[in-house]
Amino acid sequence: MASRVQQGGRPGGSRFSQFKLVLLGESAVGKSSLVLRFVKDQFDDYRESTIGAAFLTQTIALDETTTVKFEIWDTAGQERYKSLAPMYYRNANCAVVVYDISQASSLDKAKAWVKELQRQANENIIIALAGNKLDLVTENPDKRAIPTADAEQYAKEAGLLFFETSAKTSENVKELFTAIAKKLPLDQGGPRNIRSGPRQGVDLRPEASSTVGASGCNC
Amino acid sequence: MAAQNPSTPPSSELPTVPFTQEGTELAKDTPAAPSRETTPPPLPPRPKIYGLLGDRPPTSGGLRVPSSAKRPGLQSKATTALSLGELHAQTNRDGSPASCQTRARGRSRSGSEVDDSASIRSFAPTMQADGDIESLLGEVLGDSEIQTWKIMGPQFPGGQSQGASIFGNGPEFEEAFEHEFDELTELETDGSNEELVVKQWKAKLKHFLVLSSAGKPIYSRHGDDRLISNYIGIIQTIISFYQGANDSLKGFTAGNVRFAILSKGPLNLVAISKLDESDQQLRVQLESLYMQILSTLTLPSLERMFKARASTDLRRPLQGTEILLSALADGFTRGSPSTLLSALECLKLRKSHRQVINNTLLKTRSPNLLYGLIVASGKLVSVVRPKKHSLHPGDLHLIFNMLFEAGSVKAGGGENWIPLCLPGFNNTGYLYMYVSFLNVNNTSEQVRERPSTSSGEDEVAILLISANKDGFFELKKMRDELVEQLDKNGSLAFMTAAIKRGRPSCTDIIPGTTLRHFLYKSRGNVQFTMPSFDPYFSTPIARRRLLTLYTHLHTHLHTRPTHLKIHHTTSGNCLTLAWTTPLFDLYAVAPGTTSRAALAQAANRVVQWVRREEERVFIIGGAVF
Ligand SMILES: Nc1nc2c(ncn2[C@@H]2O[C@H](COP(=O)(O)OP(=O)(O)O)[C@@H](O)[C@H]2O)c(=O)[nH]1
Ligand SMILES: [Mg+2]
Repeated sequence: MASRVQQGGRPGGSRFSQFKLVLLGESAVGKSSLVLRFVKDQFDDYRESTIGAAFLTQTIALDETTTVKFEIWDTAGQERYKSLAPMYYRNANCAVVVYDISQASSLDKAKAWVKELQRQANENIIIALAGNKLDLVTENPDKRAIPTADAEQYAKEAGLLFFETSAKTSENVKELFTAIAKKLPLDQGGPRNIRSGPRQGVDLRPEASSTVGASGCNC
Repeated sequence: MAAQNPSTPPSSELPTVPFTQEGTELAKDTPAAPSRETTPPPLPPRPKIYGLLGDRPPTSGGLRVPSSAKRPGLQSKATTALSLGELHAQTNRDGSPASCQTRARGRSRSGSEVDDSASIRSFAPTMQADGDIESLLGEVLGDSEIQTWKIMGPQFPGGQSQGASIFGNGPEFEEAFEHEFDELTELETDGSNEELVVKQWKAKLKHFLVLSSAGKPIYSRHGDDRLISNYIGIIQTIISFYQGANDSLKGFTAGNVRFAILSKGPLNLVAISKLDESDQQLRVQLESLYMQILSTLTLPSLERMFKARASTDLRRPLQGTEILLSALADGFTRGSPSTLLSALECLKLRKSHRQVINNTLLKTRSPNLLYGLIVASGKLVSVVRPKKHSLHPGDLHLIFNMLFEAGSVKAGGGENWIPLCLPGFNNTGYLYMYVSFLNVNNTSEQVRERPSTSSGEDEVAILLISANKDGFFELKKMRDELVEQLDKNGSLAFMTAAIKRGRPSCTDIIPGTTLRHFLYKSRGNVQFTMPSFDPYFSTPIARRRLLTLYTHLHTHLHTRPTHLKIHHTTSGNCLTLAWTTPLFDLYAVAPGTTSRAALAQAANRVVQWVRREEERVFIIGGAVF
């Protein structure tokens, strides 16, 4: 699939940045499915739950000269792995917190993760909230447990990007990751080996375009 | 929680063998050997050249098993043995085996201090440098204190009697086995289809249940709580009745169903089998399920939870690992040579090729690595390990089950970082395992960038285990270097070729043989080898039948107090042989039309073949640092 790009290399004068992304959320909301859709464009109806954590990479082109490589940690979300979570989000530049729009309790879990990230993770971490399994409610609106407006409202207050997605139909999956990439400080995205703490200089990026734009594309 | 420096395993471990057997089976089964745990497997006696089943000590030279002629001794034995249950005992002609083994032990000890690989060879010497030895079999028999062999007739359980209803060629068994792994129909909320679901549930050949000692269901292979709660209640009542009487219940039979129970601290594990397995065999399976639970939780945390609240619901902390328990359970139901023998299978590779892989592992080893393993289609290719730590086959079985039976790790399509406790190594803390699957058919470039998810037998997994929970990137780097070098030095290609070749068939091993299948376990190496299941045992049901035969043979060989050294049985339409020596266990199956002499000769040839191929079919020592 995507061609290999040297770390930090700038082939043809283009910009290349690399970022760490972590997926968090309750078990079975579709984290692994979102990643697999994003990385391999695959979906599996009978997916066994993740054991431990999986590490995957995907490179996307934002435009002709800008590529972004995501290094993705897909975590298991089970209670017993809770204490390991900091290991995965500690150096993350961005996070996708996932809930299942057909399961009310999963949003509470998502909110708890957001809180933890805002308290413990990299200060400038970009967080996206993803309400997954959109296809279920498209098919049968009764299945919706969380109104879009409620989640959107919460996302706005907490300063999160927000999408409703379907790993099954791939609706909004690419958009979700692209929106994150656009919000990332592209010039500073160094190789992952720089296990930096909060990065300096990030604030130089314009803040404005971000929060609005994202939830915008959902309409 | 971080694994505190993984504690040194008990000193009973043999530092120079790559794998350690669980328990002290060796000592138990070798009456002549002192039962000290540190006792390494005895050296074989000095080569003496006897034929298989030689009932007379040879006077000189190699007494070959004649390829066509019936051997006189054998013939008479077979005839007299028609009176069932006759024991034919033979005392060794010279000297006691005990002294022989003591001698051997002393030698291997000192060897271990000098050179690792040499000592390993001396621990597990199915191979001798002396090419003239005609029959290792004969030599072992000759030196054993007593050679007993017994011919069993058709009333052997695996034959026509109790097993027949299930194992005969009956369509009932076939039907049941075919649906064994199907999900039960969902129970309607109003219970209207209960009868149907219960019928499906009862048709299962095998059940596994895990309960807390307070009687709470923790795991059931088939059926949800609602369906099985009655049965759980009954089982729980029976177990507690016996526990109340301070006489813990190990098993009982109801109809053609055997119940085996393993009590482990706060847990009761129950196996319910119509597959005619012994309690010991069932308990080995339950032990493995218990190890899987420990692997998820660790022993102290399991105990802590139940100490805090006896009614703890363990389902929550175990959430997501049901697939691992079920994969183990189904493996047992399908029939697992590895579990039956408590041994591992290795990928057959030329010694020099394995050496290159071992050296590459050593060269690329990163500082925090504890164990490194390369595994191809469920078979071990190479191991790198610290000198003082052996690997426990039970632990490896859990890992192989996770990676090759349960699909989730492979299907994830990435690299993985998995906290797990390896209870055989240390049941109190976690280790961290880096896993990456390579598709060896792809170019290494692709492999490096994006490990494939394509399933199939052609996959190689790199497993790197560390006690450092932050070690992912360190081990990932090691993996990248390792794969690059394995590709460069041709090892990946050798592995691919070996995987493609698969296991040899019986006729590859012994041209023209009537032998259909065998299991050879090297006791010292805790490894086994076997030929391909094809062409006679290609279907799951044929394989299950074969494993059932092996299960019976294993029972007879290992049920004390009979110290059967060789056991023959005509079971259904098969002639089988089971044979144990201090060095190996061999189980062989031939069609019923085969003569005992021919089967004995084939067994002899298998042993010769293993001796010749030992460093290809087994990992002797592995890479040690
Ligand atoms: N209908 C539907 N099912 C989904 C979707 N995403 C995931 N699933 C299913 O939900 C289950 C759990 O998904 P998984 O990705 O393993 O969740 P995780 O535990 O958060 O990683 C699986 O059976 C998936 O097939 C989706 O967008 N739509
Ligand atoms: Mg997952």
